[in-house]
Amino acid sequence: MKYTAQDFKSNQEVRWCPGCGDHMVLMSLQRAMPEVAEAMNYNLEDFVFVSGIGCSSRLPYYMNTYGFHSIHGRATAISTGVKVANPKLAVWQATGDGDSLAIGGNHFIHAIRRNIDINIVLFNNRIYGLTKGQYSPTSPLGKITKTSPYGTVEQPFNPGSLVIGARGTFFARSIDSDIKLNQEVFLASAQHRGCSVNEMLVNCVIYNDGSHKEISDKDVKADRTITLRHGEPMIFGKDRDKGLVLGEDGKLKVVKIGENGVTEKDILVHDAHCQDASMHTMLVEMKHPDYPVALGIIRDVEDGTYDQRVEAQLEEVKANAKIHSVDELLHSGATWEVK
Amino acid sequence: MQHKVIDIQDVVIRFAGDSGDGMQLTGTLFADSSALYGNEISTFPDYPAEIRAPQGTVSGVSGFQVHIGAVEINTPGDFCDVLVAMNPAALRANAKWTKPTATIILDEDAFDEANIKRAGFQTMNPFEELKIEDRNIIVSPITTLTKESLKDSGLDNKSIVRCKNMFTLGMCFYLFNREMDHTFEYLEKKFKKKPQLIDVNKKVLKDGFNYASNIHAIANTYTVAPAQQEKGTYRNINGNQATAWGLLAASEKSGIPLFCGSYPITPATAVLEELAIYKNLGAKTVQCEDEISGICTAIGAAYAGNFAVTTTSGPGLSLKSEALGLAMITELPLVIVDVQRSGPSTGIPTKTEQTDLNQALYGRNGECPIMVMAAHSPSDCFDKAFYAGKFALEHMMPVILLTEGFLGNGSEPWKIPSMKDYPSIVAPVVTECEGKFKPYVRDEEKFARQWAVPGTPGLMHRVGGLEKTPEGVISSDPQNHEMMCAARAEKVARVANYIPDVEVIGEKEGEVLVVGWGGTFGHLYTAVKEFQAEGKSVSLAHFDYINPLPKNTAEVFSKFKKIIVCELNSGQFAAYLRDKHPQFHYHQLNKVQGQPFIVKDVVDAVNNIL
Repeated sequence: MKYTAQDFKSNQEVRWCPGCGDHMVLMSLQRAMPEVAEAMNYNLEDFVFVSGIGCSSRLPYYMNTYGFHSIHGRATAISTGVKVANPKLAVWQATGDGDSLAIGGNHFIHAIRRNIDINIVLFNNRIYGLTKGQYSPTSPLGKITKTSPYGTVEQPFNPGSLVIGARGTFFARSIDSDIKLNQEVFLASAQHRGCSVNEMLVNCVIYNDGSHKEISDKDVKADRTITLRHGEPMIFGKDRDKGLVLGEDGKLKVVKIGENGVTEKDILVHDAHCQDASMHTMLVEMKHPDYPVALGIIRDVEDGTYDQRVEAQLEEVKANAKIHSVDELLHSGATWEVK
Repeated sequence: MQHKVIDIQDVVIRFAGDSGDGMQLTGTLFADSSALYGNEISTFPDYPAEIRAPQGTVSGVSGFQVHIGAVEINTPGDFCDVLVAMNPAALRANAKWTKPTATIILDEDAFDEANIKRAGFQTMNPFEELKIEDRNIIVSPITTLTKESLKDSGLDNKSIVRCKNMFTLGMCFYLFNREMDHTFEYLEKKFKKKPQLIDVNKKVLKDGFNYASNIHAIANTYTVAPAQQEKGTYRNINGNQATAWGLLAASEKSGIPLFCGSYPITPATAVLEELAIYKNLGAKTVQCEDEISGICTAIGAAYAGNFAVTTTSGPGLSLKSEALGLAMITELPLVIVDVQRSGPSTGIPTKTEQTDLNQALYGRNGECPIMVMAAHSPSDCFDKAFYAGKFALEHMMPVILLTEGFLGNGSEPWKIPSMKDYPSIVAPVVTECEGKFKPYVRDEEKFARQWAVPGTPGLMHRVGGLEKTPEGVISSDPQNHEMMCAARAEKVARVANYIPDVEVIGEKEGEVLVVGWGGTFGHLYTAVKEFQAEGKSVSLAHFDYINPLPKNTAEVFSKFKKIIVCELNSGQFAAYLRDKHPQFHYHQLNKVQGQPFIVKDVVDAVNNIL
């Protein structure tokens, strides 16, 4: 390979708190990027990391690439500008649950709707860390924080449903510590043409320690999560003996292989490329304790991208144009001579 | 009655009707025909915010004023010589703008009891109520005549009635001895796919012309001879179109592709619409989800190496403020066009004002000076947009270009320039460097940083909203912050070395100096010329460059006994001048009515201090 993880590390000191989940996502990105460069034929200088504001948005400083640390909520709009201006660039965006789902919600859903070819890494720790511990749009109902001393009275977003609702073409989910899976989803994200959203469930050791521990703790993770892979049966569990089937009520159901006559053949096979989003919607919405939480590449479907369409239209109009310069433009339409 | 053709120097015609009556089109066609004929023209569309406001009410009246002349014309005119009023509301709203000698053409069919009441008249005699009985009022059954003209056309009644504006236009063409060729051409183009409508409109236009020549109510017709214009090829242009074209010109000159991120907003939308057409000239336009995204996509595009632009009006500029600070601290080239409208908040969105100057100068957090410039006429928008691009690209900074609804929608004939007469634009793009690239190291002269575009090997670096050292390392060091703030301010201040001196129109020394900026130029110029013709010592200094001010500003001011600053706000430029040049006393003329000055406003104000 042309590059190693080392090539993607900048000389800046990483300033996240010790034990923060962001370190592991950064490491996963630095490890995944050489593979991405190889697969997509990018050079180091072709990568641009854009971010908004928040703990995770410090990430561009730690990547030895072009980088833009912008303002709160606006990373998606900046990424869009970078990509439309130069579609050859590999545009990655680091953002948090506050940055993308609260203040930047509008840009987030519209970038997804347009299907602009950018890769969004959404660090979801369900808390505002940089402002020292207020609830976020992904904090669960009742969450006690500094701005909700008696518990929140609002329901959270599920980022996956939001992405699908906004006509998303790619959604993946992973847990900070699962570096291998992170790398896998980042590579798929890079290869996906269109807007890809990678939700990283990260821990905030200071303000929301154990953000996702009910599913991420080592001893429960295998039973409480399911890693989906296109074309493979939806099987999970420490003993790989549990699976998902479609119940008679049209809802997903957890079954045990070997019980009540259930065999491996009865288990649903994951189709990430299916245009119809109904199954993907059910999968992203699976919650503990009723279901395992879905990880991996949940949705990865083809559609034209915004940046490609912009380029194609530009070429088409150029090919048929009668006006090729500003001088010609100035003389177009009705003019008259004064002699 | 003896028919006379009278030669006149200039004439002001105002077309007014319901906002669905097609008055903007009628006015535009008349203006364009006059321009093609060789007249000087200036136009002023004055329309309500509602696309179809309640029919027949004063709030729904849409007007279009055009001033044509055999002489130099600089304003759309204060009062009109001819008013076309398609209903009682249009008459009521516009009667005050008619000269005592004016001719008023009315559609008799619209003057029924219900419409007269709806327009808010107390009696059934609107002329008496408006005290305009002495005007030359031509009452014609325009709707009936249009119906009669098109009875065999096969069109339905609604479509026929819609043609009454063409009948009226035909009458005006007679009144001013105008050829209809240009309008015929326009109709042929517009209805290419519906040829039936070409013939219909031509017929009704001719019938209107013939009707006017047959009735004996019109005693005299007028000719306004072609103006003495400089030799060359001319076209008509409005300010928004000129702005868009000026930006395209800067893109072509610099060789850097144009990117416009924007969001529709009155009265700026036409700039985005215009740019969206010219993909053949490499322009990319993104219609964003909001104003903030408009500027942020542009900032992203600037970082990626495009000539980035965002276009808006007042409220949109407010939404863009935070991002403007980002463009300023990251020192990326960006042009922000603000086509000002009446505020605050939504204000009177279709009306003109100059009330965003303070916002443009100061509306950001932190120490954030930004270059501010303003266009002074519809065609000047081309030059100013070009130079806004040049300064942004060469000095690596955001530039705010202020225009106004009055300029954006107004049009005038323009001697078409040649791109070879415009200066080159050379952006400080860097493709290699020794050692590590330091993003905030400046050149000695302009204080501009270098532009290293993603995709360039070896120059990887990070920019952002956090304070940094010249090397590009994040820093909260107190001395570094103060030094960086000073350096960014100095960069803007040094633009003064690159902008032209402010010109004095008239004697360079004297009694009164009229000071203005932006779209008031035509009115101020006309007023000052009137004084000068009377031999009075009144001169004009009109500012296109506001931050920084031209270097000769204080010197110019020092030569006059009195200075009066005229602007369409409560005194924002005057306050700015007091701050920058406190040694002078500034009188003020202010108007905050959503309307341009009239020349008389300026004349009266100057007379008060003469």
